[in-house]
Amino acid sequence: MTLSIAGVAARPKTATPVQTRKFRLPLRWISPVALVLLWQLASSTGVLSPDKLASPLTVAESAGELIADGQLGEAFAVSITRVLFGFLIGGFAGVVLGLASGLSRWGETLLDPPVQMLRTLPHLGLIPLFILWFGIGEEPKLALVAAGVAFPLYLNLHAGIRQTDPGLVEAARVLGYNRFERIVHVVLPSAVPQTLVGLRIAFGTAWLSLIVAEQINADAGLGFLINNAREFLRTDVVVVGLVVYALLGLTTDALVRLLERRILRWRAR
Amino acid sequence: MASPVKPAVSVRGLHKAFGARTVLDGIDLEVEPGEFVALLGRSGCGKSTLLRILAGLDREVGGEVEVPGTVSIAFQQPRLLPWRKVWRNISLGLHKPDGRAVALKALEEVRLTDHADAWPLTLSGGEAQRVSLARALVREPDLLLLDEPFGALDALTRLAMHHLVEDLWTRHKPAVLLVTHDVDEALLLADRILVLDEGRVVATHHVGLPRPRRRASVVEQRTRVLADLGVDVEEAA
Repeated sequence: MTLSIAGVAARPKTATPVQTRKFRLPLRWISPVALVLLWQLASSTGVLSPDKLASPLTVAESAGELIADGQLGEAFAVSITRVLFGFLIGGFAGVVLGLASGLSRWGETLLDPPVQMLRTLPHLGLIPLFILWFGIGEEPKLALVAAGVAFPLYLNLHAGIRQTDPGLVEAARVLGYNRFERIVHVVLPSAVPQTLVGLRIAFGTAWLSLIVAEQINADAGLGFLINNAREFLRTDVVVVGLVVYALLGLTTDALVRLLERRILRWRAR
Repeated sequence: MASPVKPAVSVRGLHKAFGARTVLDGIDLEVEPGEFVALLGRSGCGKSTLLRILAGLDREVGGEVEVPGTVSIAFQQPRLLPWRKVWRNISLGLHKPDGRAVALKALEEVRLTDHADAWPLTLSGGEAQRVSLARALVREPDLLLLDEPFGALDALTRLAMHHLVEDLWTRHKPAVLLVTHDVDEALLLADRILVLDEGRVVATHHVGLPRPRRRASVVEQRTRVLADLGVDVEEAA
C-alpha cells in the first residue's frame, strides 16, 4: 500500500503546483513510530527494565556490534542455508507429489488420501519423532523445514491443477493439442496462481519451522544466537534476532510477490 | 445412389441421454462440403449437445456419427488461454514451424494484426471472439462448428461479426454448423436452417436468398421459422 502511494507521488506526471512538500511520511507510519518512541521513553525512564526488554537504541547498538564482529552474519548464513536446503527438499517433494496427484487419476487415488490425512497433523508436533529418527544435528532441522514446505505446496498445486477450466481443456482438445500440450499450455499455467499462493505460505511456514527447529540444541544460527543471549539476559540481542527473522520473512514474501507480478503479468488489464 | 462428394457431416439415428433424460432423440443430419447450416432452437433443445458430439467431445452416444476431415470450433465464450499471447493462442496446437507467420496471416483476416502480441484479457469481447474465429479458421477445417459465438456480444458488434463470418466462410468455404437461437442471424447466414425441438429436427428451411442478404429480405421467411419454433408473430405483435 505505502509503496504504491509513494510510487504515485514520485511520478513526475502527477506533480502539480499544489504538491510543494518534497517529504511526505505516509499517515500509516504515525502510530508505529509513536509506539517505538513510547518504548524508548519507557526504557529511558526506567519503567521498562532492560532485563525484560532492551530499549530500541540499545537494540540498534547491539545490532551494529553483532554485524561488526561478524556474529550476526555467520548466524544468518547458517540459518539461511538450513531454510534453503529444507526448502529445496520439501519443495521438490511437494511439487512432485502435487503433479503426480494433480495430473493422474491413479496418482490422486493413491497419493491424495494419505497426504490429506497427514496434513492435519501440526508438523511442528513431529519434533520428538524427528529427534528420534534424525538425532539432534542438522537433519531434524532440515526435515522440519521440509515438512513445513511440502504440504502447502502440494495442497495448492493440486488444487490449482484441479481448478483448471474444463472449457479451456475442451477447446484445446478440439483444436488439436496433444496431451503434453494440454498439460504445458493449459493445465499447468492455470495452476500457477494458486501454486504461487502455496509458495508464499510455504515460505512463511519455512521460517516458522526454522525458528522452532533452531530451539533443538542448535550450536549455530540465529536460534543459537537468541538462545545464547537469553542465558545472559541479553534482551537486546534477542530482539535483534527476532528482527532479522522478521526481515527474512518480509524479504521472501516480497520476492514471491515480485515473481507473481512477473509470471502473472498476463492478468494486467 | 451414392453422392459423388463425401458429406462433411453424416449423422444417422443419433441418440443421447443424460441418465433418464433424453436430449437427442434420433437425429438425422447431413451437411454438404461448403454448406452453411444453422441449428435453431430454444435453450435445452439439444443443439449444443449435438455440436459437442460432432466436435468429438462426447463419444458416449447411440447411432452413427461421421465427421470426416478436420473439425474446428468457436464457442460462445472465446476460451482463449489468458496466459498466452494472442498470436500463440492461434498457432498453438497447429504443429507448424512458422507458427507466428501463420498466426499473423490469420489475424490479418480478422483485422487484428495490431493485437498479435497482446494478452487476451486486454481484448474487448468482440476482439476476443475474432481471435477465436481466427484460431478456428487457421486450422483450415472441413467443418467449422460455431456454438452461439455471437451470443455474448452487444448488438452492434454482433452485426459486424455476421459480416465477418460470412466473408470468411465465402473465402475458405468450410462446411459450417452454426448453433443459435437468433432467427435473424440464422436467416442472414445459413443456406439451410434446421429447427430442433426436444431432441428432434422438427423443421427444415432452405433459405435460398441471394447473398449478401439484407435484414429486410429475411422478414418474410422469419414468420415461418418462428412459427416452427412455436412463436405466433401475429399474436406477439
